[in-house]
Amino acid sequence: MEPMNHYPDPIKIREELVEKYPAKVAKKRTKSIIINDPETIPEVQANVRTVPGIITQRGCSYAGCKGVVLGPTRDIVNIVHGPIGCSFYAWLTRRNQTRPESPEHENFITYCFSTDMQEEHVVFGGEKKLKLAIQEAYDLFHPKAIAIFSTCPVGLIGDDVHAVSKEMREKLGDCNVFGFSCEGYRGVSQSAGHHIANNGVFKHMVGRNNDQKEGKFKLNLLGEYNIGGDAFEIERIFEKCGITLVASFSGNSTVGALENAHTADLNVIMCHRSINYMGEMMETKYGIPWMKVNFVGAESTAKSLRKIAEYFDDEGLKVRVEEVIAEEMPKVKAVIDEIRPRTEGKTAMLFVGGSRAHHYQDLFTELGMKTVAAGYEFAHRDDYEGRHVLPNIKIDADSKNIEELKVEPDPEKYNPRKSEAELEALKEKGLEINGYEGMMKQMLKKSLVVDDVSHYESEKLIEIYKPDIFCAGIKEKYVVQKMGVPLKQLHSYDYGGPYTGFVGATNFYRDIDRMVNNPVWKMIKAPWEKTGNEAELAASYVTQ
Amino acid sequence: MTAKAATQNACKLCNPLGACLAFRGIEKCVPFLHGSQGCATYIRRYLISHYKEPIDIASSNFNEETAVFGGSHNLQLGLKNVSQQYRPEVIGIATTCLSETIGDDVPMILKEYRAVMGSDEPLPVMIFASTPSYSGTHIDGFHAAVRSAVKTLAEEGPRKNLVNIFPGMISPADIRYLKEIMNAFGIPFVLLPDYSQTLDGGPWAEYHRIPPGGAPVHAIASTGCASASIEFGSTLEAQKSAAGYLEERFGVPRHHLPLPIGIKASDRFFAVVEKLTEKPMPAVYEDERRRLVDAYADGHKYVFGKRAILYGEEDLVISMAAFLHEIGVLPVLCASGGKSGLMKKRLLELVPDLEDPGIRVRENVDFVDIEHEAPELLPDFLIGNSKGFTMSKRHMLPLVRIGFPIHDRFGGQRLHHLGYRGTQELFDRIVNTVIEQRQKASSIGYTYM
Repeated sequence: MEPMNHYPDPIKIREELVEKYPAKVAKKRTKSIIINDPETIPEVQANVRTVPGIITQRGCSYAGCKGVVLGPTRDIVNIVHGPIGCSFYAWLTRRNQTRPESPEHENFITYCFSTDMQEEHVVFGGEKKLKLAIQEAYDLFHPKAIAIFSTCPVGLIGDDVHAVSKEMREKLGDCNVFGFSCEGYRGVSQSAGHHIANNGVFKHMVGRNNDQKEGKFKLNLLGEYNIGGDAFEIERIFEKCGITLVASFSGNSTVGALENAHTADLNVIMCHRSINYMGEMMETKYGIPWMKVNFVGAESTAKSLRKIAEYFDDEGLKVRVEEVIAEEMPKVKAVIDEIRPRTEGKTAMLFVGGSRAHHYQDLFTELGMKTVAAGYEFAHRDDYEGRHVLPNIKIDADSKNIEELKVEPDPEKYNPRKSEAELEALKEKGLEINGYEGMMKQMLKKSLVVDDVSHYESEKLIEIYKPDIFCAGIKEKYVVQKMGVPLKQLHSYDYGGPYTGFVGATNFYRDIDRMVNNPVWKMIKAPWEKTGNEAELAASYVTQ
Repeated sequence: MTAKAATQNACKLCNPLGACLAFRGIEKCVPFLHGSQGCATYIRRYLISHYKEPIDIASSNFNEETAVFGGSHNLQLGLKNVSQQYRPEVIGIATTCLSETIGDDVPMILKEYRAVMGSDEPLPVMIFASTPSYSGTHIDGFHAAVRSAVKTLAEEGPRKNLVNIFPGMISPADIRYLKEIMNAFGIPFVLLPDYSQTLDGGPWAEYHRIPPGGAPVHAIASTGCASASIEFGSTLEAQKSAAGYLEERFGVPRHHLPLPIGIKASDRFFAVVEKLTEKPMPAVYEDERRRLVDAYADGHKYVFGKRAILYGEEDLVISMAAFLHEIGVLPVLCASGGKSGLMKKRLLELVPDLEDPGIRVRENVDFVDIEHEAPELLPDFLIGNSKGFTMSKRHMLPLVRIGFPIHDRFGGQRLHHLGYRGTQELFDRIVNTVIEQRQKASSIGYTYM
């Protein structure tokens, strides 16, 4: 693909982005705005606190823990301990889909439980009310598990959600009750909440059920939250290939599946940022290797399937995977052939997530579109530069506050699925075993990488690059569209999707085609508006 | 009904959300939440899903240290950064449960900030509302922000021919309608908050740091010299309201009215405007009223005797209940997550005989409570925000969407609720909901209902 020649000098762009900031802030932001070089990947300052008053895309620890990781499991009753807002705002009613086995099976996702803390609880403590709420949830639903999430005031008033959980777990007997100290002020973004959630799920759920699921090729799908039905499409492909999915963390998942996850022979990771801790911990405790995959993009899906077949090193599986790819690809190709002439050469920007800004570049590449700038909302350096930088990452005060579990091999259940030599051989073949190369290696030279882009910076970037599409979330959507650039939501998919696998890729191509070629962008200027010089400039800026 | 320990599927949102919304109705104002960044992010995300417009909310980004040692440093740094990037005229600061729990004294911090910044460069006006989410609901935050805006800015002066309108939390379309009415009467007015443009505007030919629109600072300053205030909201008490403050402080008479929904309530509102302006009703609204009466007569056969469950903010529910009663629909359950303690009392003032047909009024309830009571009430349809959809689906009851949040239908920000025009729109939607239901239920396939 063509390099980034006809854009202004990226160094000048960076200067322009930070010139409105006070000197200290400008200095700090400069370290997070990087001119990419895929050969010698430069360092990106990431996972550092957002400066107060800089309007960020980031959410909080609670959002990462309850909203992202724990929320999608359908048969856990999630009780939010705190005032009402936090539970209301994380009320999952659309984003994460789930498919109960039958209408009689539990699905608590559409509920929003809260202790609705009032002033008297802040003053006198809320543990009593929390216990009552747990008892009530148990009496009403008899769920297999109840999870408790602490919101900001809880940590400060000294409510001990872990002690309460333990007490209630013992009292109830047949219900697994556990708590998360995921107060919103912990860490620098939702990333802290992911880590806290990983720890809790690993400690309280994984390994509790030793039933062996039928199947020759058993894996877990980590970091796939079934937004817009993404997991359904991956499940369809796995089934077609004869791959057995033990548990997905955590889209379309159940308590039973998560408790059984340690019986799988491979963990494949989609969203590296939110779930890599789980992969690491399961490797140490149970001997299950993990491997980075990407099911976003048709080519990427094919590649990931081949890697899985390579891992299991089974001729039958390899043949079957090729058959499936050969069957699925022509349908994808037909859509690309139709659409690509309309998308070829257009440009995209992605500022989203902890992995999505990377994954979705594959889909744009398949459409012949170029990613001119990208960045994550809550990622760490390894998501940008690759995991080889892990030993060099400075642990700051914010990260130190998040517990690192001490994990040891399980005396009974530890069983290395592959020997060291076998793993090395697989790595030789290009499989990202226990590794991830990060986003920047794949991006163009001189493209811009911006961590935790601020509202202000993204508006400037649009002004400078005039991209054909901008990918972020609903918070950014309408301001970007005000400027005449369509915004694709990659958190909720604008309520579309799925975008994974083969079917998902074609959905995405069509959606992007619709968005970048939407005739409305040409109607912004009314016919009676003057076409003086200035007006022309503005018009080209909004319609290009 | 049994008292529950946990709230399930709340019928209310949190206090700071309301404040942020109100701040969006002040010109060149950036809302600022003193607390964790998650609050700003969640509230932005939630408001935006309804209004489909950009909503920037800054935050003091608390971390563990701030939570322990206080948020003074973060707040001051945040104000400085917001001022430099956005050049706002106003910063609307609201607290969260976090900063309230640790007891940050925000007015004190602001005083310190002003002292540190000196007087070289004019600082933005800082409006502060205390909005702990562990008390009240989003409506309390909304009113707290409006009252604080007036308290901060209103000035004493000679009485002017000027009317203040404090409409409460209504849609941008409703705001535009109220402004149109005041213009038609030809009286100068200040409407606060005015997010009719900031939260429902067009594309930009040029980049705006802060979306255009909103009540300007000088206009809010003049509210102290107005000849009267009109304030909507049955349960809104004077000591918590903007008009209440102006009456007490500057002697501006407060005309306190229920939200004007339905003919009777709209008549009452227009009568007040007529009296204040000493001008006759403009012909256009006379026509609107006549068409509405005509519609009531024509549509009566469809809706009379129907039973509805109504939920949402207390003031909206009260006015909607009176309107439904007026068109012959029985609001069998009037429910709210708010708990002013005044809901039934205020509703009785509008519908004195509400207890005869067994209308139930419930404060401080959630959707599970509502659903629990629903079956024995034999409702024909539900009226309220999008959050009633689960109940509507489970019980196969149609849902007429009004108020906030509406995120499962398009155009929530453009729905009318107030005055003759808003009532007309509501009436048409309700009648059509009933007709559609009858049509669906019929096995014959009528195309003429």
